[in-house]
Amino acid sequence: MSDAWIVVVLVGAFTIAFKAAGPVLLGGRTLPDRLTGAVELLAPSLLAALVVTQAVGGDEEVVLDARLAGVAAGAVAISLKAPLIVVIVVAAAATALVRLVL
Amino acid sequence: MTSSYREGAKRIAALTPAALSFGAAFGVLAGTNGVDASAAIVMSATTFAGAAQFAAISVLHDGGTVAAAVAAAVLLNARYLAISLAIAPAFEGTRLRRLVESQLIVDESWAVSQVGQGRVDRRLLLGAGLTLFPFWVGGTALGALAGDVIGDPKRLGFDGALPALFLALLVTQLVDRRAKIAAVAGGTIALVLIPFTPAGIPVIAAAAVCLWGLKR
Repeated sequence: MSDAWIVVVLVGAFTIAFKAAGPVLLGGRTLPDRLTGAVELLAPSLLAALVVTQAVGGDEEVVLDARLAGVAAGAVAISLKAPLIVVIVVAAAATALVRLVL
Repeated sequence: MTSSYREGAKRIAALTPAALSFGAAFGVLAGTNGVDASAAIVMSATTFAGAAQFAAISVLHDGGTVAAAVAAAVLLNARYLAISLAIAPAFEGTRLRRLVESQLIVDESWAVSQVGQGRVDRRLLLGAGLTLFPFWVGGTALGALAGDVIGDPKRLGFDGALPALFLALLVTQLVDRRAKIAAVAGGTIALVLIPFTPAGIPVIAAAAVCLWGLKR
């Protein structure tokens, strides 16, 4: 088996296990009361981290590029209560435009 | 709020061009690195998580070992363990059904199916995941077999659309003071760690902020 196939199989196995762990082991049951507070805070903390890593993340460095223009334009659309699809289109257009100019 | 597969599909529809384009870019990357088209397609269908796939193939391309490539991808996908545990109660039915359905968990399907207090709606998540899946896998096949026919996702600005999507969904989460503090803390931790840690660690460390919500 080539190196690439070994990577495909191993990464696939790990990822399938990660995604399945909760639903397979605990599925359908309500979480212990102690955990509910933590679950409530997972979405804001994780989403904020995804915004940051997707906007300025590079290869172990902070990279400021056209993506920032996309996020800024998206933020304006969000503040104007635009629907999600408009936010995405505006952000992509702004990113592409700024990248073209830079 | 409608709980339906169709509504989930609708919420994610705007991202399908990006999924196709990034999928194709992954297929092209795999092809230029001597990875079989079939391996690239199988990886998109089983791993179904963009950043980890790009990372694994890039590490191999840069002369890294199999272990290093797997480690990079596993670090990037470890957040799915946290997500999967947190949203476990939403899944129902037999163990096999839960196993299959859980594979549709990706950042985007998880994010658009939030219904408050950290819970997700199963139908919204599955509708969103099922909508993205064929574009991601189909894009990969297109890129791996036909080469660069769709165009660089970066030239189309899709890399700037993803953080904007997450920002839009983050805003809806800022319902109280605790959520706002968690968001600021999570974002700050991620930003501070980006230059010092391998990809994946900043996001996991930021997610650990939620442990602050544990009840004593």
